[in-house]
Amino acid sequence: MRRFAPMLLTAFALFAAGCEKKSQPAPSGEGGQAAQPAAAGGAPADSNTILLGQVGSLTGAQATFGVSTRNGIELAIKQANDAGGVKGKKIAVRVYDNQSKPEEAAQATTRLITQDKVVIILGDVASSNSLAMAEKAQSAGVPMITPASTNPSVTEKGEYIFRICFIDPFQGFVMAKFAREHLKAEQVAILQDNKSAYSIGLTDVFQGKFTELGGKITTLESYSQGDTDFRAQLTAIKKTKPQAIYVPGYYSDVGIIARQARELGLMVPLMGGDGWDSEKLFELAGNALDGSYFSNHYSPENPEPHVQKFIAQYKAAYGSVPDALAALGYDAARVAIAAIERARDLSGPAIRDAIAQTQDFQGVAGTISLDKNRNAVKSAAILKVGDGKAQFVTTINP
Amino acid sequence: MAQLLQHLINGIAAGTIYALVALGYTMVYGVLKLINFAHGDVMMVGVYMGYSTAFLLGRQTQSTPWGVLVIFLVAMAGCALMGFLIERFAYRPLRDKPRLTALITAIGISFALSYGFQLDIGFLPGSAPRAFPQIIKPAQWFTVGDPEFPDVVLWNWQVISLMLAVGLMVGLQYLVYRTRFGRAMRAVSFDHRVAALMGIPTDRVISLTFMIGSALAAGAGLLYAIKDTSVSPLMGLYVGLKAFVAAVIGGIGNVPGAMVGGLLLGLVEEFVVGYAASTWRDAVAFGFLILVLLVRPGGLFGRVAAEKV
Repeated sequence: MRRFAPMLLTAFALFAAGCEKKSQPAPSGEGGQAAQPAAAGGAPADSNTILLGQVGSLTGAQATFGVSTRNGIELAIKQANDAGGVKGKKIAVRVYDNQSKPEEAAQATTRLITQDKVVIILGDVASSNSLAMAEKAQSAGVPMITPASTNPSVTEKGEYIFRICFIDPFQGFVMAKFAREHLKAEQVAILQDNKSAYSIGLTDVFQGKFTELGGKITTLESYSQGDTDFRAQLTAIKKTKPQAIYVPGYYSDVGIIARQARELGLMVPLMGGDGWDSEKLFELAGNALDGSYFSNHYSPENPEPHVQKFIAQYKAAYGSVPDALAALGYDAARVAIAAIERARDLSGPAIRDAIAQTQDFQGVAGTISLDKNRNAVKSAAILKVGDGKAQFVTTINP
Repeated sequence: MAQLLQHLINGIAAGTIYALVALGYTMVYGVLKLINFAHGDVMMVGVYMGYSTAFLLGRQTQSTPWGVLVIFLVAMAGCALMGFLIERFAYRPLRDKPRLTALITAIGISFALSYGFQLDIGFLPGSAPRAFPQIIKPAQWFTVGDPEFPDVVLWNWQVISLMLAVGLMVGLQYLVYRTRFGRAMRAVSFDHRVAALMGIPTDRVISLTFMIGSALAAGAGLLYAIKDTSVSPLMGLYVGLKAFVAAVIGGIGNVPGAMVGGLLLGLVEEFVVGYAASTWRDAVAFGFLILVLLVRPGGLFGRVAAEKV
């Protein structure tokens, strides 16, 4: 199968090249204007529009992540435009799909930079994809904000890469603490996705912190993203009689893992991270995840007025309750817009500096202050799964 | 010991599916000497047909035995029709062209189906994996140890799958070696031009072979979806490749060989994942393939036929 991938990529590239001419004019949200030729490199083709770029997993294994993020971003942009735009200009966003694949993400980022000449790139949710994007954005000097990639190495790519969510060590830390202090678990098994930087990152920190707090990791099993039969690993885990299983994977795999665990008679709670957050999780898992816990960026049950206001607006626009990724997409776009407003001009360095100054920014998924490593410092919510939804349990601070 | 037994059960359950999908490869290859790479994707389409039928029947969580039968029949009939169309319009026009041409078309159809089904327009399902409804209500048929926390579990669907697979294999073996149609199939396989001269309706035999193979794929796909509780447009690529390996291990073109190859592959994978790591799964599975081919180039049950030049 692998060796067909290059062929396929070539075909897609040809196809994309063919479509280029058609998709070029009129970014969304902009009326028919006489297109002015781009005067100098870096300026958008249309001088009355500030163009943002987003690369997201609109299709593929993590499709709900990209779609939720896009919805959040669109909502933020619409509100900014309704309020008069930024620097007297309208804002628009150009969105490319990366099919949940890093190589597509890198390609799309290059397109946003070289052809669309966007001023800020909003990254993907999956860390593996954002890593591929960060490489390109950093070397081109275009600021990039990732709404939800929690792997530490993403922002380590350089001073143009920011994130408005917490990082993996924190999620692993929070869950280890929760398992020891709230669940009083002494023996926990881990089932990690060894194809995802995200899952490996969470595992490492969880393992370290849990052992440090006096717990014992009974076994560390692994699967590869996209597997659908986890019975062998679960059987091996069952033998070690853990009190809980830490599964820091994505919802598409976790739902199936939960069902198969229950089927094999493993009834202990599962624990996970924000990769679980999707309505699809409950569809895939049925009630197999009842009584399981995961750490997340936000809870729609948070009673804060600005959170509830966002939820109402999102519901009006898209007809569903926003998940954490929608909230983070919304926050990321608002941080980006605020930075553009503050920046002295639209050049990469100016906007970069403006983003770096973000302090105490009130987002729906927590208050955002960027530290010197360009990571947001904020608290995590622990959610408990039950009755086909996630209920707010507690907040754990850094 | 209990763990070994559980791995054995899981491995046989996984291998059964490979075996069933491999039967389709083997039949088509046996008659046409064509590796139908679209086979796995026909399976995937069959699963979606079963998925839609289950929802149309309104039994989203579990079905009556009749409901299950209807789901299987609709999916198998739908796939048989699709197999017919694919053969008629994609392979038949190329039958007298070099064999590589048809192989490339097969790959093309495979990708057209698996990526086409990721589109989200009209009846197409979109790319996200879906939960497959529990059309066979899971029940434990056999447990060892504490019933609350059993060491070994044997599920009803695992037994049903295995019996169905063995039944289909026996039926196929009968069809190929004991019926007029089977004799025609073997004649076409031997030399389709001469078979045509002898008054055998070659096109019809080949069409029927494709239809049977595709219907088998749909059946196998449904069992797979019941086992792994999910369905996604790319599932066919993965299962198809594994089943192809199983068919080659057993000796492609050989019906019991496909069965044994599938079960062996399922067991090898299960033990590798259970006792080593999932990263090793594909490496060991394909290493096993190479080993078999080195020792017995025709596969475990195959004969190396000297080709007349």
